[in-house]
Amino acid sequence: MTWSEIQPVLTQACWDTLYMVGWSTLIAVVAGLPLGILLVLTDKGGLLQNVVVNKVIGQVVNIARSMPFIILMVALMTFTRWITGTTIGREAAIVPLAIGAIPFFARLVEMSVREVDGGLVEAVQSMGGSTWKVVRSVLVPEALPSLISGATTTVIALIGYSAMAGTVGAGGLGDVAVRYGYQRFETGVMWITVAILAVVISLLQIVGDVVARSLHRRSGGSGGLLLFRPLRGVLPGTVATEAVKKS
Amino acid sequence: MSVRRRPYETQPHSPCLNLHPCPGTPTPAHSTVTETHVITTSGLTKVYRSRGREVTALDGVDLHVREGEVYGVIGQSGAGKSSLIRCVNLLERPTSGTVTVAGQDLTALAGRGPRAGRELRRARSRIGMVFQHFNLLSSRTVRDNIELPLEILGTPAKERSRKALELLDLVGLADKAGAYPAQLSGGQKQRVGIARALAGDPKVLLSDEATSALDPETTRSILQLLRDLNRQLGLTVLLITHEMDVVKSICDSAALMDKGRIVESGTVSELLATPGSELAAALFPVSGERTGEDRTVLDVTFHGEAATQPVVSQLARTYNIDISILGAAIDTVGGLQIGRMRIELPGRYEDNVVPIGFLREQGLQIDVVGADAQAPVLVKDGAK
Ligand SMILES: Nc1ncnc2c1ncn2[C@@H]1O[C@H](COP(=O)(O)OP(=O)(O)OP(=O)(O)O)[C@@H](O)[C@H]1O
Ligand SMILES: [Mg+2]
Repeated sequence: MTWSEIQPVLTQACWDTLYMVGWSTLIAVVAGLPLGILLVLTDKGGLLQNVVVNKVIGQVVNIARSMPFIILMVALMTFTRWITGTTIGREAAIVPLAIGAIPFFARLVEMSVREVDGGLVEAVQSMGGSTWKVVRSVLVPEALPSLISGATTTVIALIGYSAMAGTVGAGGLGDVAVRYGYQRFETGVMWITVAILAVVISLLQIVGDVVARSLHRRSGGSGGLLLFRPLRGVLPGTVATEAVKKS
Repeated sequence: MSVRRRPYETQPHSPCLNLHPCPGTPTPAHSTVTETHVITTSGLTKVYRSRGREVTALDGVDLHVREGEVYGVIGQSGAGKSSLIRCVNLLERPTSGTVTVAGQDLTALAGRGPRAGRELRRARSRIGMVFQHFNLLSSRTVRDNIELPLEILGTPAKERSRKALELLDLVGLADKAGAYPAQLSGGQKQRVGIARALAGDPKVLLSDEATSALDPETTRSILQLLRDLNRQLGLTVLLITHEMDVVKSICDSAALMDKGRIVESGTVSELLATPGSELAAALFPVSGERTGEDRTVLDVTFHGEAATQPVVSQLARTYNIDISILGAAIDTVGGLQIGRMRIELPGRYEDNVVPIGFLREQGLQIDVVGADAQAPVLVKDGAK
């Protein structure tokens, strides 16, 4: 296989990946942010304390998170068809990708928001601020550096998932790697896609870190530690410890 | 909506006695205290329930803070001071009792649910609050922090920014408008905190240990600022502290809390004139050990006028007794010059009834320091 043959395939694959990951990230952020905030607010001692809502959201999020992506994809087929009219192709892949990423990002949001100093919430309450005002001017802006790290982690996870989505005909870099590398033993092509993925992921991580750190530094943080933050978010154990910490 | 500024009134300072050079506690303007109560709590109780355990943090607190005064609540850790101040703006929902601020019964506005309704939020916006750890938003500049309460009140952007700059000027930080809180020192942060608390033109300012995170020098300047604001704006200040020095330098009135109850309260001068007052003893301690068994030790407290009269020599001459002075101090407490002296007379208490009567006749406050005299509890655990 020559470069002129493989080049259009790779270009198309890059666009497919970008398309799937872009849309599903957008959906995951738009839906995961309020969900994560709601998890904090409805928790015991929260501003909108509501045990039932909290338990329900928490359970749904946990189940969705612990589901292997490939199974989620199959399980959601009916739903996907109902939304997009098909179960194959890029559009169809966006549905399970987004749905898999929403609870993932929601948990990261929850952890970030929990880290916001309760004193700030209290300050806004003492000024007569509503819960909505607390969310808008304290929880989101104060957690922003950490939220951006969380979003970076989510994008990177989505790139990984999108490779699996590729195997059901959605295209993308993962699909190319599998089709050419695994099925046709074109190891050269496989390595190229691997290299592209590695570069893309590193770039994303760097950009995410730089943005998060610049925001963090402005607001007085040390900055250095933030590099390791996305990793911390991925460890499932931290959720419980952070939850206990709530003041 | 603007900060009322009265010309800074100065008074000829009462002549300082050489014994104790004037401390950094000038009292620049006339007191603005009126007899109206702006904060009243009655029968306030707060019981925290957690995991089946009950903690009674407030146990029937009746507090009366007069308009225009600086009122200090002091007590040991866990006495319930923070619970009290947080109940005043209902950040903490009282278990029972009522809270009235500026004539409005806040407990009636609170409603049933845990959330603050519109009415209560509006009432809160008229009560400023400053915090021990400043609680400034790190994502906002100093100026935007000060604008926050105005955003909540729905003030137009232009007016907000004008007001914020005016307040920054008032607290002496006009050049820091664009800085982030992380770039400020502790004292500067608290100044911003105070400016922010004043943005909504509150009548009342609540302060929970506002100076506890600051060094002594900065503490003095922040207290001075609070005092000036109290005098210039007629602002009523309710402050919580565990430092006697805070009460001593700026409070008109004080209350001592212990185990959720107010055990002593009144104006500082009333307290100082109360025999056996724990607060008074802590505010103004004198020391000196009795030199022998058959002796009577007296604490003589004199205010203003009486300080200038040569009472000790009169006493010695009239009754022909030898008086030894064990300890003495003159200080400014709540803007009043007071002196305290511990003297020793020969003979037991029974032998000295007449001289003690003489001293009391001179308008002096006499506390007999006996075996049963209370140890000034606060000195042990309080300020230092
Ligand atoms: N949210 C809470 N839940 C349970 N108990 C509480 C809570 N807040 C305070 N308490 C308890 O109520 C009592 C009074 O606490 P409070 O914070 O009012 O004391 P304080 O006088 O302000 O003490 P400090 O000087 O240490 O700040 C303490 O025994 C404390 O443990
Ligand atoms: Mg406290």
